[in-house]
Amino acid sequence: MKKILFKTEALKDTVMSYCPGCGHGVIHRLVAETIDELGIREKTIGIAPVGCAVFAYDYWNFDVTEAAHGRPPAVATGIKRVLPDRVVFTYQGDGDLIAIGTAETIHAANRGENITVIFVNNCVYGMTGGQMAPTTLIGQKTTTTPFGRDEKIAGYPIRVCELLSSLGGVTYLERVAVTDAKNIIKAKRAIKKAFQVQLDKKGFSLVEVLSSCPTDWGLNPQEAIEYIEKNMIPYFPLGVVKDKS
Amino acid sequence: MAKRVLMKGNIAIGEGAIKANCKAYFGYPITPQNDLTAHMSKRMVELDRVFIQSESEIAAINMVFGAALTGARAMTSSSSPGISLKQEGISYMAGCELPGVILNVQRGGPGLGNISGAQGDYFQATRGGGHGDYRTLVLAPDSVQEMYDLVQEAFDLADKYRNPVVILIDGVLGQMMEPVDLEHDVKKYKLPPKDWILDGCKTREPRSIQSLYMKEGALEEHNWKLHEKYKKMKQDIKCETQHVDDAEIVLVAFGISARVCKSAMQLARKEGIKVGLIRPITLFPFPEEEILKATEHVKKFLVVEMNLGQMVEDVKLIINSKADVHFYGRPGGGLSSQEEIVNEISRIL
Ligand SMILES: Cc1ncc(C[n+]2csc(CCOP(=O)(O)OP(=O)(O)O)c2C)c(N)n1
Repeated sequence: MKKILFKTEALKDTVMSYCPGCGHGVIHRLVAETIDELGIREKTIGIAPVGCAVFAYDYWNFDVTEAAHGRPPAVATGIKRVLPDRVVFTYQGDGDLIAIGTAETIHAANRGENITVIFVNNCVYGMTGGQMAPTTLIGQKTTTTPFGRDEKIAGYPIRVCELLSSLGGVTYLERVAVTDAKNIIKAKRAIKKAFQVQLDKKGFSLVEVLSSCPTDWGLNPQEAIEYIEKNMIPYFPLGVVKDKS
Repeated sequence: MAKRVLMKGNIAIGEGAIKANCKAYFGYPITPQNDLTAHMSKRMVELDRVFIQSESEIAAINMVFGAALTGARAMTSSSSPGISLKQEGISYMAGCELPGVILNVQRGGPGLGNISGAQGDYFQATRGGGHGDYRTLVLAPDSVQEMYDLVQEAFDLADKYRNPVVILIDGVLGQMMEPVDLEHDVKKYKLPPKDWILDGCKTREPRSIQSLYMKEGALEEHNWKLHEKYKKMKQDIKCETQHVDDAEIVLVAFGISARVCKSAMQLARKEGIKVGLIRPITLFPFPEEEILKATEHVKKFLVVEMNLGQMVEDVKLIINSKADVHFYGRPGGGLSSQEEIVNEISRIL
């Protein structure tokens, strides 16, 4: 019998605190597999956000720092500029990356910081209990859009990859989804490519991962996957948005 | 032979930082400290070190956070409104126990205020400034030479305590031109090994840096540990005293106010009034002993500040009714003259 599934060295052998059906666990695993396959675990520094993934330092088996809410790209900049031969990545939710951290995201991208951003878009503020995020869909109910997001009150969901694509320092942008095996394989490929761009010193790379939050969406895990397919992907189309690597 | 050059305060801070092996400087323009950011944009690049003009003061302090967690010496500078923005990052650095140097070239406030020198940020600097129960070491030089020297010590102190260090000056000191001895002897501290940094887990187990402590009791324990560290900082209290022994009244002032007080003291002594001076150089920790000792024979103190009464609260706390504590101050960029201070001394006596 052939063994096809292995534990990744870059993940600690521990139980994660994420809710059933949450995408974070899968995405952590994809990042960890990438790091193992590229053989960069011992020179990687990860930045955990304020958000559900704040505990990432309990799961990843390499150096990880916390950063204030929205500030990971600035912290990553500080690390990478003094240690240019290390691999530096941030892992951020939609609130972290494109609400409170908008300035840090745009300017790190525009400077072409040679870092990788794993952007987990779940259309909601998970950690604080399901408030509207900058990516919450029109009509989507959250605890702060009880009647559904109304663009007249709350504006429109932000397409981060498209927003960043015009910036000169940005090298690689791709949007993926962790819905089924096919998409997860694509997501892995995109994450690996993003790290490779950094290893090749080619500048700023970001992978936007559409991910589920069954708890805050009020759905079961299966329905949550369907929600991504039916509602998120049509608004946030999958694929490479920019690649000048 | 001593190598003396004429230098502006802000530039002396930059050169002192470079001498102290500051590897990264991050800044956002704001008057009256722009000349430092401009100076560093040239010097750091020439030296193949890191300079970034950040998108905001929030970003700048978080870049310091990032550089510092790798073990590199890093600094940022700003003036009052920008320092308000940095408070979030300073609180995180204190919580994560990261060293770093933050220069505040104070200007008038509140709000946008004006661009004259002021001392309205004493409370903010000495009480932590951001959220949570923490402190930063605060150094308040009063000459260009002392700025050059103390910024070097600031980096050592930051590393010694794994804590942010604030250098508190003001727009007047920042722009002041004075000769500086570039080879001046500076106190060197015994520094602990940086066995906590993140630089990749090649030769060791992975590490993490965090200020989040969710386990029952863990945050309380962390805060007690920080508290013990803040108490230890008393080893490094710095204070200048002049003519306290025979004084009938002692002036207490820091930074630019102390400069004016020194002139006022000389003027008063010429008139036969025995005036002394205590100048706290570390504002946190505060030189309690020096002030307490003076109360043994001095019964009148006059605290002079460029604000409406901030450090005076610390002086009163220490003196605790053992002597009379008076206050003279002007807010919003008003700089008292030596005559004003002598008049106030005469009024009190
Ligand atoms: C300055 C600040 N403001 C607000 C918060 C509260 N807060 C914690 S996580 C979070 C949002 C998290 O949402 P997101 O970034 O989308 O990540 P998720 O939890 O969904 O993975 C907020 C607002 C905070 N910790 N700090």
